[in-house]
Parts: sequence; C-alpha cells; structure tokens
Amino acid sequence: MKLKNADTLNALKAQSLKLIETRRVTDTVSTKNAQGLVRHVMVCGGPGCHSSGSPGIAERLEEELNKQGLSEQVKVFQPGCFGFCEKGPMIEIYPDNVTYCEVSSEDVTTIVEEHFIQGNQVEHLLYMDPITKERFATNIPFYDGQLRIALRNVGYIAPENILEYIAADGYQALAKVLFSMTSLEVIDVLKDSGLRGRGGAGFPTGVKWEFTRKSPADQRYIICNADEGDPGAFMDRSVLEGDPHSVLEAMLIAGSAIGASEGFIYVRAEYPAAIRRLQIAIAQAQEYGLLGKAILGSDFCFNIELKYGAGAFVCGEETALIHSIEGARGEPSVKPPFPAQKGLWGKPTCVNNVETLANIPAIILKGADWFSAVGTEKSKGTKVFALAGKVNNVGLVEVPMGTTLRQIIFDIGGGIKQRKTFKAAQTGGPSGGCIPTKYLDSPIDYESLTAIGSMMGSGGLIVLDEDDCMVNIAKYFQEFTMDESCGRCTACRVGTKRLYEILTKITEGKGTLEDLENLEKLCHIIKDTALCGLGQSAPNPILSTLKYFRDEYIAHIVDKTCPAGVCQSLLKYEITDKCVGCTLCVKKCPMSCITGSSKKRHVIDQERCLKCGACMEQCRVVGAIIRH
Amino acid sequence: MCDSASSNQFVQKLDGYIDSLTYKKENLIGVLHYAQEIYGYLPASVQWHIAQKLDIPSATVYGVVSFYSFFTMIPRGEHVVNVCTGTACFVRGAEKLKGELENQLKIKAGETTPDNLFTLETLRCVGACGLAPVMIVDGKVHGRMNEAQDINEVLAKYRPEG
Amino acid sequence: MDIQLTINDISLKVPEGMSILDAARTVNIDIPTLCYLKLNEMHYNNNIASCRVCVVEVEGRRNLASSCSTPVASGMVVKTDSLRAIQARRAMVELLLSDHPKSCLTCAKNQDCDLQSLASELGVRHISYEGEESEFEIDKSSFSIVRDPNKCIRCRRCETMCNEVQTVGVYSAVGRGFNTVVKTAFDLPLHETSCTFCGQCIAVCPTGALTELDQVDKVWKALNDPNQFVVVQTAPAVRVALGEEFDLEPGTIVTGKMVGALRRLGFDRVFDTDFAADLTIMEEATELVHRIQHGGRLPLLTSCCPAWVKFFEHQFPDLLDIPSTCKSPHEMLGVLIKSYYAKTLGIDPKSITVVSVMPCVAKKYEAARPELAQSAETADVDIVITTRELARMIREASIHFDHLKDKEFDHPLGESTGAAIIFGATGGVLEAALRTAYEVLTGETLEKVEFEALRGMDGIKEAVIPIAGRDYRIAVIHGLGNARTVLEKIKAGESNYDVIEIMACPGGCIGGGGQPYHHGNMDILQARAAAIYREDRAKPLRKSHENLAIVSLYKDYLGEPYGKKAHQLLHTSYTARKKI
Repeated sequence: MKLKNADTLNALKAQSLKLIETRRVTDTVSTKNAQGLVRHVMVCGGPGCHSSGSPGIAERLEEELNKQGLSEQVKVFQPGCFGFCEKGPMIEIYPDNVTYCEVSSEDVTTIVEEHFIQGNQVEHLLYMDPITKERFATNIPFYDGQLRIALRNVGYIAPENILEYIAADGYQALAKVLFSMTSLEVIDVLKDSGLRGRGGAGFPTGVKWEFTRKSPADQRYIICNADEGDPGAFMDRSVLEGDPHSVLEAMLIAGSAIGASEGFIYVRAEYPAAIRRLQIAIAQAQEYGLLGKAILGSDFCFNIELKYGAGAFVCGEETALIHSIEGARGEPSVKPPFPAQKGLWGKPTCVNNVETLANIPAIILKGADWFSAVGTEKSKGTKVFALAGKVNNVGLVEVPMGTTLRQIIFDIGGGIKQRKTFKAAQTGGPSGGCIPTKYLDSPIDYESLTAIGSMMGSGGLIVLDEDDCMVNIAKYFQEFTMDESCGRCTACRVGTKRLYEILTKITEGKGTLEDLENLEKLCHIIKDTALCGLGQSAPNPILSTLKYFRDEYIAHIVDKTCPAGVCQSLLKYEITDKCVGCTLCVKKCPMSCITGSSKKRHVIDQERCLKCGACMEQCRVVGAIIRH
Repeated sequence: MCDSASSNQFVQKLDGYIDSLTYKKENLIGVLHYAQEIYGYLPASVQWHIAQKLDIPSATVYGVVSFYSFFTMIPRGEHVVNVCTGTACFVRGAEKLKGELENQLKIKAGETTPDNLFTLETLRCVGACGLAPVMIVDGKVHGRMNEAQDINEVLAKYRPEG
Repeated sequence: MDIQLTINDISLKVPEGMSILDAARTVNIDIPTLCYLKLNEMHYNNNIASCRVCVVEVEGRRNLASSCSTPVASGMVVKTDSLRAIQARRAMVELLLSDHPKSCLTCAKNQDCDLQSLASELGVRHISYEGEESEFEIDKSSFSIVRDPNKCIRCRRCETMCNEVQTVGVYSAVGRGFNTVVKTAFDLPLHETSCTFCGQCIAVCPTGALTELDQVDKVWKALNDPNQFVVVQTAPAVRVALGEEFDLEPGTIVTGKMVGALRRLGFDRVFDTDFAADLTIMEEATELVHRIQHGGRLPLLTSCCPAWVKFFEHQFPDLLDIPSTCKSPHEMLGVLIKSYYAKTLGIDPKSITVVSVMPCVAKKYEAARPELAQSAETADVDIVITTRELARMIREASIHFDHLKDKEFDHPLGESTGAAIIFGATGGVLEAALRTAYEVLTGETLEKVEFEALRGMDGIKEAVIPIAGRDYRIAVIHGLGNARTVLEKIKAGESNYDVIEIMACPGGCIGGGGQPYHHGNMDILQARAAAIYREDRAKPLRKSHENLAIVSLYKDYLGEPYGKKAHQLLHTSYTARKKI
C-alpha cells in the first residue's frame, strides 16, 4: 500500500499505534495489573544476547506460551539491543515493566509459570546490584544517566515491522521536511542543532550537507557509512539491526535537502543480520511508497541500494569507501577534492555514518534547540559508546556529550571487574588513545578527547586495569593498523610496520632507549605525512601511552620487566621453597624444563622456559610458583 | 573441489547473476561476493572468468580480491573457526584463546587442518564484548572461552562422531 | 582565474587548480617526488600521492601537504624547505630504503635511479628505521622485461601507464599493507600475461624494479666467437637518442659515431634497419593496392610495431585479418641477411649472428617468436639489444663516444632514404608510404614530400589524401589506448579508414621503452622527433622506391613486391591469444 500523502501516513500511524500501545504504558511495575492489554515480551536480539542464545529463548517462550494457551495474551518480540550486554540474554515484559537478566532456555518454563500464570516476578532473574545485593525489576542503575536519542527505538520496536516504526513517529520527520520545510531550512536546523559526525573526526553534519548541496552537479549521492570497523565498537550494527528505518528516513531527508535521488548503504559483509534487516526495511519502505518515485505524493524520488564491504577497515575512510563502492581497491585518495565536491563517480557525495543519521529524524521533529540543549558547548547531543574490557557492565551506552569517563565507567559501568584498579580507558579505537586516571573527571566531547591525546572515533570505549600492559596495548593497535593499512603511501605502509617492529622489540626486552627515541620521532613523522586519516592517526595509541605511561616503556627497556606481567619474554617463573614436590607442574610443562624429584622442591630451567605459565596454572600450593 | 558438472552449473549461475546487473564493472565487489558464495572461494580461474565477463583486466580483479580480507583464494575447511581479536576480547585473553586453538587444531591462524575439517581465522569484533573472549564457529558465537576444556568441548561438537 | 600564493617567500600567481608542486616549478623551486609524473603529451597522469616525498609545510595546516596533489589556494603560504618538511622527506626516503635492496652498485639502474639520486641529494647517510624487507620472486620469464618487485617503491607509475595509457592492464597493486606491491594477475610470470612488452612501464619506473632483459653478454659472446659472422643493424630512432647516453644534447644526430662505435666493438657488418624500412614501404604499399584492387578487408593496419601486434592478438583476436602481413623491418633485414646476403657472401646462415639495436624492448620478444625464423636454428634475428644496452657496451669497451669519427653503414643493406628514417617517429610509416604511393599511382613526381598533418604528438591524427582520383582515409595512432579506441570503432563497423599506422609508444619509436630514460621530460621526445625530420631532409633520396639497393634486391633476388619470394621471406601471420 503506497502512502499518497502526509495524511495517509498519519492515518497509518494512528492505526499502528495499538501495535506498541502496551510498551508505552510504563507507569506500572505490577505484574498483576496488566490493564487488560496484550502483554509484550521483548527478547533482546542485540549482538551479545543473540550470541548467548536469545533466539532460542524467544522460540522456547512462544512454544511454552502456546502450550499454556497464552499465545493470544502474550506476544513475543525480538527487538534490537537493550544495551546491557553484560547481563544478557535479557528480556523485558510490558506493560509490567519487568526486566529479567541472564535468562536461559531453562528459565522459560519458570517465567511462563511464575510471571504469566501466577503473576509473580521471578526474583532470581531480576538484576541484582553486586554490592548492595538489591534486586531491581526496573530502573536498573545501568540506565541511569543514559539518554537515548540515536538508540531511541533500538530495543523498543520490532525492527522488521515498518508499522511499529511508523507508530513510533517514524517517517514523520520526512513528511515534515517534504511538506513544510525548504531544503535550506532543513540544513539550517541541522547546523543549528550542532550535530557532528559520529564516525570519527566530528565534522558538522549540516555544514557537510550544505557543502554537498552547493556543489553544482546533475546528480548527487548520499552514502551511509555502515562499515563499522573499529575492533571494539558495535553501535552502528545495533542501530542497523534494531532500528533500520531511522537510517533510511535520515537518508531520505538528506537526499531531499541535498538534491540527491540515490543513496547507498555501505555495510560490512560481516554483519549478515544487519544486512537482512536493511533488506527488509528497504522492501517495506518501497512497498509503502517511502522509497522510489513520488515519495508521499511529493515530487521527491529516492532509491537506496545496499553495497557490501569486504573486510577492510580503511573503507571507513570516506574516499576509500567511495572507491570500494566503485568496485576498486579501497584506497583513500587525497582531499581536496572532498567527496562533497567530487565523490562517487565524480559527483558530489555526502557520506554520513549510521549513528549520525539515526539522530536526524529526531532532530527534525523536535527541533535544533531540543537537541542542542543536550551536550557541551561544541559537542551537542549524545554519543553511543561500546563499553567493554575490564568493566563490570559491558554494554552499549548512550550518554549526553560532556558526561565524564568516571560516570560512564563507574556509575553506568559499575566499576572495574574483580575490584581491580582502573588504569586507563581506550577511546577512539586504533585512531585513539589511552586516557589515564587523572582525566577520569573531564567531560567527554570531541575537543576534550583530542586535547588529551585520544579521540571520539566511532565510540569504542575499552576499560583497562592494572593487569594490562600499556606497551602491549599500543602494540595491539599498531598491529591492527599495520594489517589494515591500504599499502598505498610510504608513511603508513612502511611506517606502521616499523612502529610495530620497534614495539615488538621492546615487549621482547630487546628495545633500547634509541629505539624509544626513534619510535617517538617516527610517530610524529607519520602523523605529519600519511595520506589519509587512518595513517595520520595510526601513531595515536603509541603517542598517548608514551605520554601517560612512559614509565612502562622504560621498565621494558631499561629494567627488562613488564610491570603488568603481560609480556611473556620478560616474565620469569620461579619455584619457591613453598613447593611440596607434587610433580603436577612437571607433567604440565610443555618444554619439560622443570626438574625435581617427588616431594622435593622443583627447579625451572630458565634458559629453556617458554614463560607459558602452565606450571603456575597447575600449581595448587599458593605462592609455590611465582611470576615476576 | 567441484566436478565439471557442478562447475558448469556454477558458471551458469554466476553468468546469470552478472547478466542481471545493470551496471557491471561497478559491481565487481558484489560479483565477487556472489561468486565466493557459490564456489566457497575465489580461485584464479573464477577471477579470470569474472574479468572477461565484466571486461576488466584480470590483474585488476586480483588486485581487488587480494585487498579485501573477506575474499579468499584458498578453499576453507568444512567448519570455519574464528577468534574475535577485537579490543574487548584482546584485553580479556583472545591471544591465549587463539594460541589454545592453534594448539588443539595443530594449525596456525589462516590455515586449514589436513583433514579439511577446520579452518582457523581471526576477525575483529562481533559485538559480543560481554562474552569476551569469544570464538565463532560457522557463525555461531561461543563466549567466555578461557579454558582449554571449554574450547575442546566446542570443537568436539563439530567433529564427526566416532 | 589566477591564484596568488607565496612559496618560500616568493610571491607568484598561477592558474586555479594547479598543484603546489607544479606552481613551485614555475618559479624554479623543485620539490622532489618519486611517484608523481605527468606526461601531458600522452595523457599520462600518475597523481596518487603515495610516496609522500613531496610534502611541504602550508601555513595554518595541521599536517604537511603532499604538494603534488594539493591544489593552490588564494593567499596560501608554502614552505618547501623548512626543517620539518625536509626531515619528513628524508624519513620517507629512509622508510623506502628500509624496504629496498642495498645492491645499488650492481643494479641495472645504478646511477640512473631516482631513489638513489634522491637519497644522495637529501644526504641520507644511515637508515634509522630498519626492519623486515619484502621478499618477492624476480620475474625473468619474458624475453623483454625483468621485474624485480623487491625494488618496487609502490609509486604505481607502471600501473597507471599500463592500465590508463596503454589499456593493457597487466599490472595492479596487489595485497594490502606492507605486502602491497605491483604485480600481475595471479602472480603469473609476465610471459604468460597479455603484456605487449612495449616497455613503457620501464620508461617510467623510477627504480630498478622494471628493466629490460639484458642481452649484452650474449652479444659479447657472439663477437668473440671466431666461428660467427656477426652482423648488426640499427633502428632509425636509435641514432637520434644514443647521444643522450653520452651527455650530448637531446636531438643530436649521432649516426656516424654510432656506426663507428659498432665497428670498434667488432661487428663484421654494420647494416641499417632503414634499408628494411624502405623495403617495408614497397611491400606494404603493394599489399594495400592489392587489397583495394581485390576487395580485401580495409583498413590495412601497419605491423612494424611488435607491441602493437601482440596487443591486437590478445585484445582483438577476431580482427587478425586486418593488419598488414609484413614482418617488421628488422625482421625483414634479418631474414635477408641470412638468405640473400649469406648467399652473396657464400656463408652458412647458421654461422651468422644478427644483432638488432632497437629503441624497443618488445623487439626482444618479437625476435623470439617461433614463426619469425626460417628454421628452428636460424631465427631471422638472433639478439636484440636496446639503445641503452648499446650505450653500456660502448662504455664497457671504454670507447670515447664523442671522439669517434663518423663512419658509414656497409653496403648494400646499409642504404636508405629519408622515407626510412622517419619510421622512427609517429606518422613516419604512412608519410613514407604516401611518398611512394603517390608516385607509383599517379606516375608524377611528388614535389612536396612532407605530410605535416601526420606529424606531431596528437594521439590520433586523421587525414584524407586524394591520390589519382581516390581519397585515402588515413589515421596515425600512437599509444595503445588510442589504438584501442579506433579498433573498437573498426570492430563496431564505425570506421571507414583505408590505412592506419599504429605504434605502441608515445611519439613512436623515438619514445620506445628501450631508449635512454627521459625521466619525465617530454621535450626530449620532441627533440628526437625534430632530429628524425632533420635527418630526413638531409638525405639526398627521400622516397623508398628510389633506394637503388632495394631496386636491385627485387631485380636480383625477390622478384615482384608482394610476390611469392617476398611472401615467403618478408610476410608473417598472427595468432589469437587469451586476454589475461
């Protein structure tokens, strides 16, 4: 059914509201008072929960409900990511507003019996605060301090049903843009909102649109950059899987504002679920006349085509991405000309990332002032972070710009795992840096992160603790950029390789102070000379760790030790006099380099020791084998 | 890998797909994805065929195939075991997991076992950071793979019985 | 619109869109680069900004700018020689050297290598960042080109040349990251690809990654073999370029010194490929007339250029019936030396070694084509060396080239007309053919022998020449990409040409892949072309059919042009080949 105008869209919205009515009732926590509504069980389908078996749980739920004759009263949905991956698989029940954590298939019978038949909350599945041991059915502290704009529909609507999106104000912003705003007004709203690119450098989105619109051409293109490649970020994937229509709607808005009739979504082939959701969403939008010719009866035409990446991080760089869409090697080219001037097939092209786009319908509907009220002076709105590493609450969090790292890591994230000590937060992925304790209280925005030697990047936020070796972390990222370098320019192709080699030398205890000097010098030269953003930012993880954790480098070089006990070559395992001579370690040692007779203290042949630690893992006497 | 009959069928399928495209050269990467889906990998002969069909130099096709890590010129084993080497998994022991898999499968990452059962590879972040470190076998994620025993159990599920 | 900017405190105005590097050159500020290369005459532009050597400081910019790819902007303030820029530049060279063999002393490009000179200019005395070096196999599979990817600096000039100018597409960047290198499809040896061996990749390679297959030792061996009668022949384009190797001005004609040097090197006879060029005109003109009279397929395409021949065999295997069947001139001369001349001397052709000195590396491949031999043991031409290799031999023999006395070619196969010498420049073959065709077809004397419309560096030149009541539609093409454009039209039935001259290299043979390196200076090619036409004007005879040695060759030995004997010796056939 093609929507012929804004009125038919509104009528469809009115009709569709009942689909999500249940979920809009949030004022009750009682499981007994379902207000006669059909209950909705939302089973988180985010990447984390999906991996730990949420589809099986949804299936089991449906089976069990069916068996109990409840399939009419209780409906099961699989929306996108709830964000609280640590406690997945999660389910949420509306209108009861009860959330269950770490649900397994075995819990399904209990949930159906207890919750739906008896009307009792299943106590042991409720979130428990690890410290106070308090149980929460709703208002879990993880969500305190979060504000969902980009993720507004993720986890809330069924992503494969366009009607749910429409019910949740979907395509209203498009209608507004088509029928009551000029394209200049649209661009002005975006500029006034202060929205900046969420994919990396933070270029003002409105300015980018304006720039593209002003380039004279017979054809322009909109590209959605969904090539999320940061090895620790999955927010774009979550938006694509949980709310694909918001991306399509934003691209339509962009198309109408810029004067483009074609759009491409460049999505990683490694995201099959996101691809499937997008395919469904595009087909539905076409069916409803929201894509194609005469959209909503206007003279605006727009089509969207999916293009698949093929495993190249550098394709997140916009010129590389464009070359990849053109069927070539994804090598970046020099800017200018910017894609806004000469992009895909030489035509002005606007490249926006998924999260950026997901904000746009909300901004159009609620206005620039609403959006710019959130955030800091230069960074408006919210940012989604993939919070991971040594933090208690791993998950996807969306917080207002200006939130401090401490709030994210300790309040939302629940602090460091196993009560260890925080050492650093790595943001910005391979292009970013490590932020030490002293900056935990600085508000996060584009400028502040850059000022302290990191960057916003796409939003990976990895928490490191006392057990992490910062030289090893720098080496990890260097290996990543070295592998992902497109190989075009000297600075990156050879430079990142040499950086990696020097770091390897240092972690193996073979580094010299001259190496350290060369490392630093080369870092600055690569930043200064590399062709693209990937190369220019490749040395950041090294430079930031050198800045804040230089002592660790010195320890590796001068003292030949790894303070965190990570770098194998620098470790030493020794058997103390606590050894009871049980011979367990002897049996486990892959090099057979532990000697000693039964019930006598054993000795490790240090020359031959691989430092694998197998002996220590095997030893049952505390302190009998030590590592230093 | 494939007998001539199925190989013929593959070629027909691939040609049919290429013929259905409005734009040809521009869709090289899409065509390669499609071909890899049919053949399981992209041997030189298939790349050459694509080059002729799309009227682009074979060297260009090879240049593209060799650029993207998703494309492979070597047939994979029956089961593909991937270790996530994303940052979250890295700080939670992905290196050790990789080492253990290399140990148990007796191959290095990027290789296939002699019985063609497993191919071991690495990939970056599958978004299951809460389960770090994770391994993925044929697309199914197995989380918190810290213990050799757990890894062994997962692999055992994919080994033929007996 | 002109843009005002400042470079190293010099204020200048340049057109909008110009790069900083080109702008700097207008005020004699040279910014070194290893990848950037723009050859306007052949529409070659390698502007991929990969080497990062040309980085400069631009006021107000966070990082350095690669001057080759950054357009000038109004009010821009540029420093090309700041410490920051120079240090970065040196670091780039050091990084390149860290992944480059240090065998400069024994490299074929020793002292002719851009990387080597730049390292020297920048005063690189040690390499700060050493580490793993690439290890690639050296490809010596072909008869023409040696590829040593270990010396590749990934400037991609060869790739741009092969793909965009020549449209042969043999090369691509392959792999990613540190392992990226320019290679052939599926790492095939060059010999198994569609490579035409035009050698233009060698002409633009800044290092020793691409060089000709060196045959100098083979020539020395033949010269020192008492049982071999060694005959040398030189192509028209060699005499106008060889001088450059001895620091003479580009465009200096060194025919006499070259002949003198060849005698000194010990060749038993020094013949001129120009003789065979005159012969080619007789054969090809007759073939054209034959096709016209017998309703044969038109247009007739020239076949002097072996790279072009291999190009159409791979790229247009369905058009094998339109090129002329004439062998290329040096092959014609080779076969005549081993038949006609051997008979005259009364020696066994097997004891004759024919050495061709060519501006070309494809000729090396051509000489090895099995059909270009009278028998398995007697190839028409035994060894082909390039202009550069000849220069090396002369240096090796410690001959003071500029002190040599002018000498003359031997008789009779050293006789030639002005029509033959112009074979060396694009348009020359057809101009020569027209000089003869006009007189043969009209019976009148052609007074003005210069056909200006066929000269110059335009990629595709067209003319309609009326002779004896018929309009001859002709085209002159150089560069294989241009050839492809016209061939596509012929294939589609959209062309009505009668005859087309095609040469693979820019400017024709004067710009051949075996000529002294031009290092991007196209003025050198123009100077060589001018010398060719100067040499033509200086010749007493300027029409091929006036060559008396040719006249007696037909009378005494070959019989009729395009006749039975001529067919057997001077014509060949083509093979359809796969595109890869």
